[in-house]
Amino acid sequence: MLASIFVIFLFQLVGEMLQKYFELTIPGPVIGLVLLLVALLLHGRYGKSSRGELETGLNRTSDYLLGHLPLLFVPIGVGVVMHISFLEDRLLSVLLVIFIGTVLTVGFTAFVMEKLQTRGGRHDG
Amino acid sequence: MTDEQKLYSIWVYLQAEPLFWLTLTIGAYLVGDYCYRRSNLFPLLNPVALGIVIVSGVLLIFNIQYERYFDGAKFIHFLLGPATVSLAIPIYRKWDLITANAKPIVTAVILGSIFAVLVTYLLAVFFSLEREIVLSLLPKSVTAPIAMGISELIGGIPSLTAIITIITGIIGAAFGTFTLDLLRVRKMSARGFGIGLASHGIGTARAMSRNETAGVFAAVAMGLSGIVTALIVPLMIFLLDI
Repeated sequence: MLASIFVIFLFQLVGEMLQKYFELTIPGPVIGLVLLLVALLLHGRYGKSSRGELETGLNRTSDYLLGHLPLLFVPIGVGVVMHISFLEDRLLSVLLVIFIGTVLTVGFTAFVMEKLQTRGGRHDG
Repeated sequence: MTDEQKLYSIWVYLQAEPLFWLTLTIGAYLVGDYCYRRSNLFPLLNPVALGIVIVSGVLLIFNIQYERYFDGAKFIHFLLGPATVSLAIPIYRKWDLITANAKPIVTAVILGSIFAVLVTYLLAVFFSLEREIVLSLLPKSVTAPIAMGISELIGGIPSLTAIITIITGIIGAAFGTFTLDLLRVRKMSARGFGIGLASHGIGTARAMSRNETAGVFAAVAMGLSGIVTALIVPLMIFLLDI
């Protein structure tokens, strides 16, 4: 468990360092995600044991962290509520743009995705 | 010391400690989660939205500065980074499903990202918002750090973009399923994909808490749309002559 936490922190650290060094717009944790995914794929392909202790630990740690993922957005969400007056009289129009735009985007993207998947005859997990 | 003075000194002590704000944040979220389950998973009563409302209510009632609250709650906020990295693990577990859907994923990310920016632009013009706010709204569907970077690049207000992206995430997470049901999108992968593309991390968090396939496709959509949007927004500003 501790080793898996170390691995996750390490990949984030490397991601943050790459982001700062190359001044990328992609956030450090996202770079860490991609690097960890590449490492897992390489390990899965060339590693000796497929079900190592570290892998079990990583599975458990990520399940725990991601199981409570919405909680992690509460502190920043409170910040939005406390600073919402920033928008003054444009608050309602901005909220409407966000609401209509987001709901349409969810629907459009999911609809397109499902149509493309069915056309290719792909299965779902 | 009178009892009242004692209580007051305890309150002063608690306010300065992270423990109080951490307990409040987790407690508010758990209350939200309880209401959500009791309401038979009614999307509007989702645990994030309720948690935010409860904590904000406490801060407003007791007249507490956000900075003081965040100083304690930052320990929860910190976990966002490691949680993002650990999304690699479920993505790895579902890797075969992702590679099997590689073509639809790439096409849907490009079309979805263009749609997100275009529809936001048209709506913002319709509501006759000023240029700076329009520019701050354009990258609203991608994760906050990328959105802020894009906003700065194109002449928007990055801090306004940060607020806008968080609201976008909450709205996508809360109302996204209504549109999906309305359009009868049934595949978990497609549902998650739409939510993740339109409402980044907060949408992904919600998808992940309901179904792993939906969560994984949401995470993939979030990551790819961040990159695609960073490329297309400057191009669309040029083409649309904004």
